[in-house]
Amino acid sequence: MAISVKLVRRPEAARSSYLRAALKGMSLTFRHMVNPRKVTRSYPEEPTELHARWRGTHRMEVHADGRPKCVACGLCPTVCPANCIRLVGGEDDQGNRYPIVYEIDEFRCIFCGMCQEVCPVEAIHVGQHFENAEYTRERFVYDLDRLMEQEHPVTALWDPSDPASE
Amino acid sequence: MNELSPTASLIAAAVKVLAVFTALMVAIMYATWAERRISAFIQDRLGPNRVGPFGLLQPIADGLKNIIKEETNPATASRFFFVMGPMLSIMPALVTFAVIPFAAPLPTPWGTVDMIVADLPVGVLYILAIGSLGVYGIFLGGWSSNNKYALLGGLRASAQMVSYEVGLGLSLIPVMMLAGNVTLTRMVADQQLGLWYVLPLSLGFLLFLISAFAETNRLPFDMPEAESELVTGYHTEYSSMKFSMFFIAEYAHVITASALMATLFLGGWDIPFWTGDNFIPYEGGLISGFTAAGEPIAAQLSIWTTLLTLGAFMLKTTFFVVLYIWVRWTLPRFRYDQVMHLGWKVMLPTALAYVMLVGGTILVLDQLGVSAGPGFGLALTAVSLVATGMFALYLDRGRIITGAAPAGRAARAAPAAHP
Repeated sequence: MAISVKLVRRPEAARSSYLRAALKGMSLTFRHMVNPRKVTRSYPEEPTELHARWRGTHRMEVHADGRPKCVACGLCPTVCPANCIRLVGGEDDQGNRYPIVYEIDEFRCIFCGMCQEVCPVEAIHVGQHFENAEYTRERFVYDLDRLMEQEHPVTALWDPSDPASE
Repeated sequence: MNELSPTASLIAAAVKVLAVFTALMVAIMYATWAERRISAFIQDRLGPNRVGPFGLLQPIADGLKNIIKEETNPATASRFFFVMGPMLSIMPALVTFAVIPFAAPLPTPWGTVDMIVADLPVGVLYILAIGSLGVYGIFLGGWSSNNKYALLGGLRASAQMVSYEVGLGLSLIPVMMLAGNVTLTRMVADQQLGLWYVLPLSLGFLLFLISAFAETNRLPFDMPEAESELVTGYHTEYSSMKFSMFFIAEYAHVITASALMATLFLGGWDIPFWTGDNFIPYEGGLISGFTAAGEPIAAQLSIWTTLLTLGAFMLKTTFFVVLYIWVRWTLPRFRYDQVMHLGWKVMLPTALAYVMLVGGTILVLDQLGVSAGPGFGLALTAVSLVATGMFALYLDRGRIITGAAPAGRAARAAPAAHP
């Protein structure tokens, strides 16, 4: 493929007027100076708007009686590409499976959202939340109780009939 | 006008020194704040708005940070001069403000206090002499850092300062000719009676403005810093409070230059179209003007006039400070040869020609018997406007900014032969 060269027509440097250009620039900057519309978002005061499919901190859905919806099927630790979910399943008297240990290391997590997609009972979700600063690294391993306490909205799954989420 | 007793004038002088120094430092602090806020607004950002209301405490936070920051001393730097650089640059910047009158005289129970730290008879010359000493600090700092960028920055600063000092001094000569002396208080009094000098001496004002930008090393003349070429120029090796002192010096220069422009060309603390603030020394007393019959009217001093005129002075100075900031965030930096070209080949001849023009006009008007009054001012205004128009037309022909290659079609047709 031949290289195409775009010729930019510029006024000759020797013929351009510094004075007029400077005044033009001054008027432009003045208009921006007095224009109240600024692009900066005052973040902590003005909350960031997150997209419906934005993926952040996990959340475990809970039954009405307070038990986690998780049935310890083991799909999410299997599918997790970052290997950040630790699950030890147990079984109660009625034969219902439940998680004894369910931990997500939010540092290892790459927030791909595959755990949410693969979950057969819609128990684990990624959510619309990112303000999770901590003082120690250990605090970033969320255990089951912590995941159940999260209250932020969960991420919407991709809908094939509406691929651009419109 | 009742004179102060020697003791009272000593006390008044001490109080004025303290007050002006404090006010100047506060003004510098808020000039840095204004710089950051206005630059942010120009770039559609918000700027520092976290520390205090509207970010007004930001300069204090900056100062604290600079004081407790680690101070680095380059191993190969010449230690003595390295420490001396910032001191030498900050001192003249603060001292120049002493001769600028900032308000109408203040009546006190002990006598009338002039609102000027030192009413030197050689005011303008003092400013020219002391103001340009700041370059020694910059050059010493640049040289003693033992850093090639810093050295280049210092060299550029001194070359630029020398070049524009010429234009600066020459653009002031018409002012001195018009005022008839070099005392700043007398210049203010003269402007109160007649026109502000910005009208009869518009081209002088323009030349002074350009030179003042160059003298304070502000964009578009910030060759000594030139981040894109010289890291940060002369203060590359400086950190913490020593850097801050260069910074303070720059803003002190900006404020002093702004105050000087306000005093020399915008009537100082004069409030336009009001004779109540006119305090002209006349036969040992202060008068506010003359009646139609030529009788002097005694001036009525009051603390309110002093405060009002102080406000007027601050407003005018602020206008120029904002202009400085506005220009800085609009215009790109000149190339070094363009700075020199503008200084020596444009400013110097124009200023010289303008000195001749104003001198000639004054002479002709004197010969015609019009030596004072509105006719004199209007004639000079007309002459200066024509001169300014011609200067603008000259600049408009693309005389300052030219490409690196020689201008003209012939020069471009023959490509330069590379050895």
